[in-house]
Amino acid sequence: MADMIEIRGLNKYFGDLHVLKNINLTVKAGEKVVVIGPSGSGKSTLIRCVDWLEEPTTGEIIIDGQLVTKKNHLEMARKYSSMVFQQFNLYPNMTVLGNLTLAPIKLQKKSKEEANAAAMAALKRVGLAQKAGEYPQNLSGGQQQRVAIARAMCTKQPIILFDEPTSALDPEMIQEVLDVMIELAQENITMICVTHEMNFAKQVADRVLFMDDGQILEEGTPEHFFTNPQNPRCKDFLNKILH
Amino acid sequence: MLEGLFDPRRWEITMAEMGSLWEGFGFTLQVVVAGLLLSLVLGTILGVFSTTRSRVLGIISRIYVEFFQNTPLPVQVFFYYMAGPRVLQMITGAESPVRISAFAIGALGVGLYHAAYVSEVIRTGIESVPRGQMEAALSQGFTRVQSYAYIILPQTFKVILPPLCNQALNLVKNTSVLALIAGGDLMYNADNFVSTYGYLQGYIMACVLYFIICFPLAMLVQWLERRSKRRPRAKNIPGITPEPAKEA
Repeated sequence: MADMIEIRGLNKYFGDLHVLKNINLTVKAGEKVVVIGPSGSGKSTLIRCVDWLEEPTTGEIIIDGQLVTKKNHLEMARKYSSMVFQQFNLYPNMTVLGNLTLAPIKLQKKSKEEANAAAMAALKRVGLAQKAGEYPQNLSGGQQQRVAIARAMCTKQPIILFDEPTSALDPEMIQEVLDVMIELAQENITMICVTHEMNFAKQVADRVLFMDDGQILEEGTPEHFFTNPQNPRCKDFLNKILH
Repeated sequence: MLEGLFDPRRWEITMAEMGSLWEGFGFTLQVVVAGLLLSLVLGTILGVFSTTRSRVLGIISRIYVEFFQNTPLPVQVFFYYMAGPRVLQMITGAESPVRISAFAIGALGVGLYHAAYVSEVIRTGIESVPRGQMEAALSQGFTRVQSYAYIILPQTFKVILPPLCNQALNLVKNTSVLALIAGGDLMYNADNFVSTYGYLQGYIMACVLYFIICFPLAMLVQWLERRSKRRPRAKNIPGITPEPAKEA
């Protein structure tokens, strides 16, 4: 498989704070990568750098063989990646359908009919076709996040980045969102998912990364990762979170 | 002292002599429209300035707002009235000070003054939109300008409309400052009316006429406030949403 995302020597500072320390990571096309780690470890910043929501201080992000730069990052985002946020970030002044069709119509220049059809197909997949005319604030958190995932599907980019997609949800709504993500993982989409949902990681991930203090300290297949972790901090973290 | 208030003859005369008051009313309305236009355009520009990432634009906006909010409007208007003609003389190189019409001074006076307040309304409106909205837009590949146009600014309307209308209302009342410089506005004409026909009827009628403009605006503010608090109802999209009766 070809490399979809290549991160080389990535450093990110917030002022004096060194958040990402010389990260090197390659993700193949279609690969599902789950990133775990304590809060403040830099995992969100890492995927935000991939989408250029944070500009890398030094280092390179290469997507599909092309270097992402200050100049082309919007074009790259348009073409390659979409993001699902912890707080959903649906556009509250638009209906569910409007949320899903805005970018396809305005950026990808699709016709309204075409965009609507694609949006309805995506909504059916997340089980919310009947909510097309509803406004986000009238939906539950779980429903909003499913809409946000459908919005990411609509633009048909090969990469979807998930930034703690279930962390803001009530416990009973987490599974419905995970189910949608698991179903989506059947496709040949490259997924990087920052999450604390270990069962999701076991079920879906091709590779799990453990981050702490701005570094990737451990990586491997879920089997290796959950049964035989080597790094002491990773062992410690898994102990805390699994028991 | 107040017996004149119920004197039917006085009211008869008042009603017969309302012409000058209506004239002032018309003039005030013109100043309101021009001043409002100026304050909205300038205020929006300054408000957007203060939320961009540019420090220079932010500082320009800040200085403007603080200056106009912290000096009295009558002083500002007197200043335009006295200094304006000489400044224009300097700029144009005319031989004598350039006369500025009361209309121009009025529109400029309330326009510049309220632009500072409008700017603050626009700024708080934009700042009320969560950061995540811009991030969602950028992550989809919208440029900053597109994000403002399609996503951020439309979300501010609900928040800013009531305070904007409030500014319009204050602007109407503040045009009465023109009376200080012989402006020909409603207040000025009411003053003249009063000196001929007595103060009771004159000022009462002036109040009534200001009320005619302001009260609908106040009602509009209340309606907009109520509307902004309402939850949006699901929209019917023909061919896509289920029939309303089947709503689950």
